[in-house]
Amino acid sequence: MQKQEFTITVYTENQIGLLNRIAIIFSRRKINIDSLNTSPSEIDSVHRFTIVINETEEVVRKVCRQIEKQVEVLKVYYNTNDEIIWQELALYKVPTDIIAEEVKVERLLSQHGAKAVVIRKDYTVFEVSGQREETDNFIKVLEPYGLIEFVRSARIAIIKNSEGFHKKLSEFEYKEPGEEAIENEFLNQNEEVFSM
Amino acid sequence: METLELVKEKIEARKNTTISGGQAVLEAFLYERVDTVFGYPGGAIMPIYDALYDYNDKLTHILVRHEQGAIHAAQGYARVSGRTGVVFATSGPGATNLVTGLADAMIDSTPLVCITGQVFAHLLGTDAFQETDVINITTPVTKWNYQVTDATEIPAVLAKAFYIAGSGRPGPVLIDITKNAQLQLFNYEGYKKCEHIRSYRPKPIVRKTYVEQAAELINKAERPFVIFGQGVILGKAEKEFATFIEKAGIPSAWTIMGMSAISTDHPLGVGMLGMHGNYGPNVLTNECDVLIAVGMRFDDRVTGRLDKYAKQAKVIHLDIDPSEIDKNVKTTVPVWGDCKETLPMLTALVEQKTHTAWLNKFNEYKKKEEEKCINAELNPVTDELTMGEVINLLNELTKGDAVIVTDVGQHQMVACRYAKYNQSKSNITSGGLGTMGFALPTAIGAKYGAPERTVVAIAGDGGIQMTIQELGTIMQFKTDVKIIILNNQFLGMVRQWQQLFHEKRYSFVNITSPDFVQVAKGYYIDGQKVSERAQLKAALQTMLDHKGSYLLEVMVGKENNVFPMVPQGRGVSEIVLSKDEI
Repeated sequence: MQKQEFTITVYTENQIGLLNRIAIIFSRRKINIDSLNTSPSEIDSVHRFTIVINETEEVVRKVCRQIEKQVEVLKVYYNTNDEIIWQELALYKVPTDIIAEEVKVERLLSQHGAKAVVIRKDYTVFEVSGQREETDNFIKVLEPYGLIEFVRSARIAIIKNSEGFHKKLSEFEYKEPGEEAIENEFLNQNEEVFSM
Repeated sequence: METLELVKEKIEARKNTTISGGQAVLEAFLYERVDTVFGYPGGAIMPIYDALYDYNDKLTHILVRHEQGAIHAAQGYARVSGRTGVVFATSGPGATNLVTGLADAMIDSTPLVCITGQVFAHLLGTDAFQETDVINITTPVTKWNYQVTDATEIPAVLAKAFYIAGSGRPGPVLIDITKNAQLQLFNYEGYKKCEHIRSYRPKPIVRKTYVEQAAELINKAERPFVIFGQGVILGKAEKEFATFIEKAGIPSAWTIMGMSAISTDHPLGVGMLGMHGNYGPNVLTNECDVLIAVGMRFDDRVTGRLDKYAKQAKVIHLDIDPSEIDKNVKTTVPVWGDCKETLPMLTALVEQKTHTAWLNKFNEYKKKEEEKCINAELNPVTDELTMGEVINLLNELTKGDAVIVTDVGQHQMVACRYAKYNQSKSNITSGGLGTMGFALPTAIGAKYGAPERTVVAIAGDGGIQMTIQELGTIMQFKTDVKIIILNNQFLGMVRQWQQLFHEKRYSFVNITSPDFVQVAKGYYIDGQKVSERAQLKAALQTMLDHKGSYLLEVMVGKENNVFPMVPQGRGVSEIVLSKDEI
């Protein structure tokens, strides 16, 4: 099996220490986390982790089961890049004088979908949101003009065929939940394994 | 012990009174029917110990000599009783001393609730005296952990702790309570047992289709083989399991952790799996057509080389923990769920059968194993005593009724190979973690978990020295534990490997020992040392008849090896019966 980029979406309770509990599942197997984002979800009390790793599907599946086993984790999904809509946000700080003299800022902005967040006498901060390629490209554009600082956020992703978590959560609230809450998509997807 | 109704009543009476955080911990224990706590006091847990002073008549506290002893004792208590073991330790070194036991309980799925004291909340993160980040240190080795900084949280958090520790696949839980929370007075609103956490699914719903598929495979099988682990014991499904294998007539082998779930004399019980398991079960794993794994996790000591493991077989895996499915061995049909529920479903669907020819094959291998290994171990022709004959005599004298707690190493493998058990929860050993020093403290706890049973700790001369201080606990509480030290004057298992795989370069395995009988005597524990075969049986009888604890040191052959053996890196069918075959 080939390694590829997987985006893991984890719905959790909001609890101190849970980040560590999830992170060590990767570090224990010596898997590098390419990007990790924590955020609120569509539900008030439920947190959403978005984790990107580069691994084989088999490893990803095992890791996801280990994560789902944690007491405060509600549900884990993993997806390939074509199953999700994903974005990252990057900020770039450049010296204003050089930029103002040498570049047509308007063109720069429109060509790269960038936005000037702050323009000060001494520096300007641009923002680009998009996929890795787009934010990387803009670095190359700015580098000749003296890129002072660069930072990129973790990936955030929406799962294309997800119906959100509301329905699932209401199942979880019951002591005796139905099939919906119990289903294990890893097992179900694994069709050839169960053919007899 | 007070009835649950009475406890509930008393707790009800305390409702809306002001109590301290420390008291709230103990109230929770009473409600959870805890009768014994293993612990060691210290600065940061003093308020709980202060509260304990008034609960002396309701809770037995066993003061150990080291916190590792406390947690192992709690493991012993839990493993023989099927209930949750409870531990107290203070912050810093007290808590870090628990780590080995937590790791052991985690990998062997033992339900524990450990309470550690912590520095005042306002001191957290300041490198205060005896402050350690216990939560982060213990995260990988606990099923759940939580830090309490406010006393009002205590009842709900402890309810959660007991629920999580004991439900589903059990495991250790650690609750770290800051000193201010222990001292804090608050309005007690009573204790409510936790029965549901929305993000936690202890038992997956059983899917009937998988049970049906599994039954179909079993019914079509010509050479079905059951391998079972501790899941059968943890699920309290011994009866359901026996009914299943008896109806389907399937030969069944146990892992070291599953041992004693069925009687070792069961006609379908074909022995132990794994590196030092029996010959037949290992070889025939690679000849069966359907492999049915029940409550076991395909540990590498069981499977040997994975790419040579049961490749010809269809695999049915019954487990309560979905993350175990496909983890090591690819499953054909996963029957995930509590085996207490899935086994009867399966039994109902399987046909009544006997697989006589197939079962005979196990017996053939057994004969070969007897000729090449077992006879020499149990009836040696040399003057040197063997570990096996000690176990064999012990079987004879205890009639398989004793709880045997082993340490880790050669004696552990020999004990597990030859011990006889006729009831469940009798073989207590450190399976997954292989913790030397496990036997003595665990046996102490086991005695409190099953006071009516004979508890025998069997340790080597190495392991016993790792936790020998717990003789002090035995002395103080007059715990009736029988201790057998099988002394080969070596760290035997490492020596065996050095002999077989490192050209006999015996690197630091020649451990020396004190006069164990004199050491025991120093703790007012009787004992004797035996090195002659003629004295062995009488010495064992003396030990068993002795009122109270007793230490028996048996000098055994220095360079005896444990065989059969699946050498590391080889497949289970490449098991060897002697060192000449390696």
